[in-house]
Amino acid sequence: MSDPLVTLKGAGVYRDKRWLVRGVDLEVARGEIVTMIGPNGSGKSTTAKMALSIIKPDEGTVQRSDNLKVSYVPQKLSIDWTMPLDVRRFMNLTSKLTAVQIDDALTATGAAHLKKAEVRSLSGGEFQRVMLARAMARRPDLLVLDEPVQGVDFAGEISIYDLIKTIRDDLGCGILLISHDLHIVMAATDKVICLNGHVCCQGTPTNVAKSEAYKNLFGPRNDSTLAVYQHRHDHDHLPDGRVRHADGTVTDHCHSDDGHHDDKPSHNHLNEQNHA
Amino acid sequence: MLDDFIARALLAGIGLAIIAGPLGCFIIWRRMAYFGDTLAHSALLGVVAGIFLDINITLTVFVVSAVISCVMILLRRSGTLSSDAILGLLSHSGLALGLVAISFLSQSNVSLNSLLFGDILGVSKQDVGVIYIGGTVLLIILVLIWRPLFAATVSQELSEAEMKNPNLPEIIFMLLMAAVIALAMKIVGVLLITAMLIVPAATARKFSVAPEQMVVISILIGILSVSGGVAGSLQFDTPTAPTIVVTSLILFILSRLSPRMLRARRNK
Repeated sequence: MSDPLVTLKGAGVYRDKRWLVRGVDLEVARGEIVTMIGPNGSGKSTTAKMALSIIKPDEGTVQRSDNLKVSYVPQKLSIDWTMPLDVRRFMNLTSKLTAVQIDDALTATGAAHLKKAEVRSLSGGEFQRVMLARAMARRPDLLVLDEPVQGVDFAGEISIYDLIKTIRDDLGCGILLISHDLHIVMAATDKVICLNGHVCCQGTPTNVAKSEAYKNLFGPRNDSTLAVYQHRHDHDHLPDGRVRHADGTVTDHCHSDDGHHDDKPSHNHLNEQNHA
Repeated sequence: MLDDFIARALLAGIGLAIIAGPLGCFIIWRRMAYFGDTLAHSALLGVVAGIFLDINITLTVFVVSAVISCVMILLRRSGTLSSDAILGLLSHSGLALGLVAISFLSQSNVSLNSLLFGDILGVSKQDVGVIYIGGTVLLIILVLIWRPLFAATVSQELSEAEMKNPNLPEIIFMLLMAAVIALAMKIVGVLLITAMLIVPAATARKFSVAPEQMVVISILIGILSVSGGVAGSLQFDTPTAPTIVVTSLILFILSRLSPRMLRARRNK
């Protein structure tokens, strides 16, 4: 595989006297889909922003290949009421696109009928499709998606995951995707990274699912579009940076060899998922 | 024609409206109205500096406003300037500091009234020239940075992720704001500059479906406000700058009322 588009080594961000995320090693190569999962506040968005150079790491390094063209689909984007902005104009926001490029991208994401709609009037799902179309029309080398299926119903979710795979196949770009759901990883994912203030585990979905150590944390589910994994966290990160483990004890760090990591979960959430 | 003070006033006001239209749109899109107030109020310090150092006041106002806007960008970056309270504090202490500093100067040099509320009927040919030359330069710069500035206005994050030099347009925009304050101070005074910038833009919003269209409409509304205000102040013998702002406020209220009234009429 070619040189990675972006490489994070031991990267961490320190804000307001605590580490938002620490020790992240991450690589996204051309044609690769990397999915980040993790609970709220686990540093997924922060990690993505480091990869995007929006946030500079306070420790470790972020390396990006030269002349990297990036497209970003942020988690939230609010348009002020004072801003008159239709979809077509929004598509042209950061780069000049031709009418054909705009039409093609909107058609591909199933948002062609929204071309003249005011951006503020779009529903959550419509807006996600427009954002995806905009990101795609730029033909990026690296596409970063922060919870792209947020606010989208389940049928829409499947079609958006399909679309992301098509974008990867057509453009050959690298994709860094943040999943809104701890338990779901799209099937085309090449690599899963589980964050919880640090990298809990990473690898290919099958390897992660099959590996002995994580067999009990991840359980595979077959679906034409979605692969569903179970994940149980055995520790929580407290606001003061300390760690509370499943057995109720509190330590300063969460090293895997401190005896607090439980490899035998007492229960399994597998049947609570109704996505199939 | 320029020998007539009313013609000069109209020309200067219309020139200002043309500059204020696009900048005003960006100010309301970026939610920077209070920010603009703070800059305008601190322009008084620039006046004091100009008189004290005996150099061109427009220049010192520009420099002081530019420095203050850079400081505010830094404060905003560090997240200290996020709150309304801090902007309010800066805005009014800027005004108070300026007023105190002016009181130390000999009275004969400055008319406080014209600093606060402008002296549009007193503009010279030279003032008109400065507004049109300065305004042209300002608008050319704005056209050049339009796309990156607009992108950063819609979403700072998107522009930081996808554009080169994402911070440059914001810095240039702050300098343009400092410049427009320096140009406008003589005409509408420091207390009413922000109104001149944002009221026509807010009125234009209703009639616009595209950002560029909103800019053009707010320029037209600005010109209408200036003309109406100058005429109104002559007719009713009222202070000119406040009359201009009142006129633009009336236009804003009319723009809000009209559709409802039309609908009511249709329902009858």
